[in-house]
Amino acid sequence: MKDLDLDKYITKYVYDVKGLNLWYGDNQALMDINMQVLENEITAIIGPSGCGKSTFIKTLNRMIENIPIVRTEGQILYNGRNIFSSKMKVEELRTRVGMVFQKPNPFPKSIFENVVYGPKIHGVKDKKILMEIAEHSLRGAALWDEVKDRLNDNAYGLSGGQQQRLCIARTMAVSPEVILMDEPTSALDPVATMRIEELMEDLKKEYTVIIVTHNMQQAARISDKTAFFLSGELIEFDKTNKIFANPSDKRTEDYITGRFG
Amino acid sequence: MENNQVREIIQDNIKKKNHFSDRIMPKVFLVMALISVFTTFGIVYTLIFDSIKFFSQVPIREVFSTNLSPLSRNPSFGFLPLLNGTFWTTLIAMLVAVPVGMAAAIYLSQFASPNLRKVLKPVLEVLAGIPTIVYGFFAYSFVTPLLMNLIPSLGAKNVLSPGIVMGIMIIPMVASLSEDAMNAVPTIMKEGAMGLGSTRLETTTKVVIPASISGIVSSIVLAVSRAIGETMIVTIASGSSKNFTFDITQSMQTMTAYIVEFTSGDAGSGTVGYYSLYAVGLILFVFTLGMNLIAQSIARKYREEY
Amino acid sequence: MNKKIKGPDRNKVNFNRNRINLRIGVNNFAKHLFSLSTVFAVVVLGVLLYQIVAGSIGWLDWQFLTSNLSIFPEKAGIKGAIIGTLYLMMIVIPVTLILGVTTAIYLEEYAKESRLQRFIKVNISNLASVPSVIFGLLGLTVFSRMLSLGSSILAGGLTMSLLVLPIVVVAAQEALRAVPGFLREASYGMGADKWTTIWRVVLPVSIPGILTGAILAISRAIGETAPLVVLGIPTLIMKIPTGIMDDFTVMPIQIYYWTLDTVLTPEYAYLASATIVVLLVTLFILNSVAIIIRNKFQKTF
Repeated sequence: MKDLDLDKYITKYVYDVKGLNLWYGDNQALMDINMQVLENEITAIIGPSGCGKSTFIKTLNRMIENIPIVRTEGQILYNGRNIFSSKMKVEELRTRVGMVFQKPNPFPKSIFENVVYGPKIHGVKDKKILMEIAEHSLRGAALWDEVKDRLNDNAYGLSGGQQQRLCIARTMAVSPEVILMDEPTSALDPVATMRIEELMEDLKKEYTVIIVTHNMQQAARISDKTAFFLSGELIEFDKTNKIFANPSDKRTEDYITGRFG
Repeated sequence: MENNQVREIIQDNIKKKNHFSDRIMPKVFLVMALISVFTTFGIVYTLIFDSIKFFSQVPIREVFSTNLSPLSRNPSFGFLPLLNGTFWTTLIAMLVAVPVGMAAAIYLSQFASPNLRKVLKPVLEVLAGIPTIVYGFFAYSFVTPLLMNLIPSLGAKNVLSPGIVMGIMIIPMVASLSEDAMNAVPTIMKEGAMGLGSTRLETTTKVVIPASISGIVSSIVLAVSRAIGETMIVTIASGSSKNFTFDITQSMQTMTAYIVEFTSGDAGSGTVGYYSLYAVGLILFVFTLGMNLIAQSIARKYREEY
Repeated sequence: MNKKIKGPDRNKVNFNRNRINLRIGVNNFAKHLFSLSTVFAVVVLGVLLYQIVAGSIGWLDWQFLTSNLSIFPEKAGIKGAIIGTLYLMMIVIPVTLILGVTTAIYLEEYAKESRLQRFIKVNISNLASVPSVIFGLLGLTVFSRMLSLGSSILAGGLTMSLLVLPIVVVAAQEALRAVPGFLREASYGMGADKWTTIWRVVLPVSIPGILTGAILAISRAIGETAPLVVLGIPTLIMKIPTGIMDDFTVMPIQIYYWTLDTVLTPEYAYLASATIVVLLVTLFILNSVAIIIRNKFQKTF
């Protein structure tokens, strides 16, 4: 394959993780992870603290590399291309795979500038187009009605839940295929959490979502597939209904029934 | 000894103990702490008091003139040549210190690996710790001859050489204060930008620097203040010419160098020349104090609440 | 098989590969450009040290360190300047430690969050940024003239102490602040009063930090020239000082005067270089001691 054109793919998996191992220095944090993600599904990743779920999701868009002592082995194929290949430009990968973080992190700029940050750095200059993108993204994040009259206000004036939806809008503005979410509602109150969960059904229609959550009920509510991680290993990965009703592995069952974690 | 006896001894002691030391010590400390306040007042007082003596003998119009000849038969005290000299040395110093200092700050905080930082930061700290007299010597005996090879018309005493060396001396200050400001930007904000596909440069220019701009500007203002107050480098290398000129290849005198020249010379106490030192000192003090207050207020007012 | 990527028309947002390559290229170029600044700093430092050391070769020897000043370069030595520096430190160290530590104790232990405390703090930080010449003028007026101390060691020492006072205050404050609350609580819990707690518990623990601050202050005071010149330190002193009311000279002053007169006597440049080497070595030793103190004795809680 001479070209890494990410618009064409030849496999049916959005993500195909093959034998992924990851070390922080000498400590191994992920052990032989194998997982396949289908498009337009919501995949939840659950597990107790320290099981490696955050590490795993940050590997999918190579954000984990910002930590200098990280070392990986194995392959992660995105649309059939190994993201660790030297030909892969990480900046391009991240326009295909967006990320929403645990704590809302808008830039100290206006709401509008936050949303169009992505398109702007990738070269979109036309103001009309930027405005269209902004409206589309803010609608998609169910935030448009609340902010349409104050797009030039500083993003920090929004509530926590609104800021997080702004971050979702910001991610959507670059038209990704996949949206990664690292415990996106853990810093929010229950009402804000509910609004974001309601958003998920709509997100599924256009995007593939992978969400890390420490809240099992959330995973059961919104996801199509669930992956259970424990101590750096992927213990079980299956349809959400099966995982929660009839798990195959005893460890999964113990976690779900609350015996630990 | 029984417990009761020990307890009695302690209770007795507590009753007897006069809390003399506890009452008087705070007052002692307060007096000591106030000495620093007295120092400031002392500085302000002596500067103002002797400046008044100066201004009572020298008309304001003369001070704003460009004729500075304090030791001539017909002395004239125009301060403009000194302000001019300070201006040019400071400007040249800033032209060196700000770009290089900012580049170093950006490189060290946004691009360099931790191992590289561990090696390079000490270099900057060493540069910051070198006494200014050593820089003065370096400017006069190395940089000036070097520049004279490049610019034949350069005077042995000029403003370019000390300006550049002063700039070098100030680089660590700009670099470390700006770096502190940039490091205060939360990592999660940088991650937000990178998660959208920004390069490190874009993250730096579009997110980090705008978020830390108040700290950066404040550090530059502080650097200017430092440059204005610097003495030995300019005294040695830029000479004492009181000509009012814009030619940086020639000698000029700064406010600080004027004060040094006069006190190591023959200004008898009580003469107008002697009081002129305090007048210049007052102007110097007002400038540097003003810059510092501006820097503090910039850092405070525009600080982003993260 | 081509898959159509859904989402707000991706073709409107034209993510072509060339643009990304360009941006990455610009990023790498900028990274190397910025790194040049640090290269510059290293080079300048190297050149500076080389020039000075090279100039001192042949002139820095035992005879140089133990001889008196002389107008003949071959015979000149900095014994007087070294002794003068030592005498000066004998004044600066106690004065600045006492003033600085007590001020810090007041600010940290006795006057928390009051207008007075903030006023004093603002004062200290403003003092820290006053140019050193102005301290010279202050010393000239108050110590030299008003107290008739002339250009003696005492006058120079007091002036220098005020100059470096903020350094000690800030370092001592940090050292005191680093003492954890539970140590103080343990002392109060046994019925001790405030001063006893400070004297017996807080201060002993903060000594390494205070010492580090003192060393920083000394380093600064050893290298400062301007205030002493303003005080009127004479050019050529033959007599070695024997008391604090005597005239004196220090290494930076010698460097200054020799540098000025290089035009007349070129050999003075070598003498200046040699003195600078002695000065820098002294500073290096001082700072190394400070680092050792910090690493070895600083307890982390």
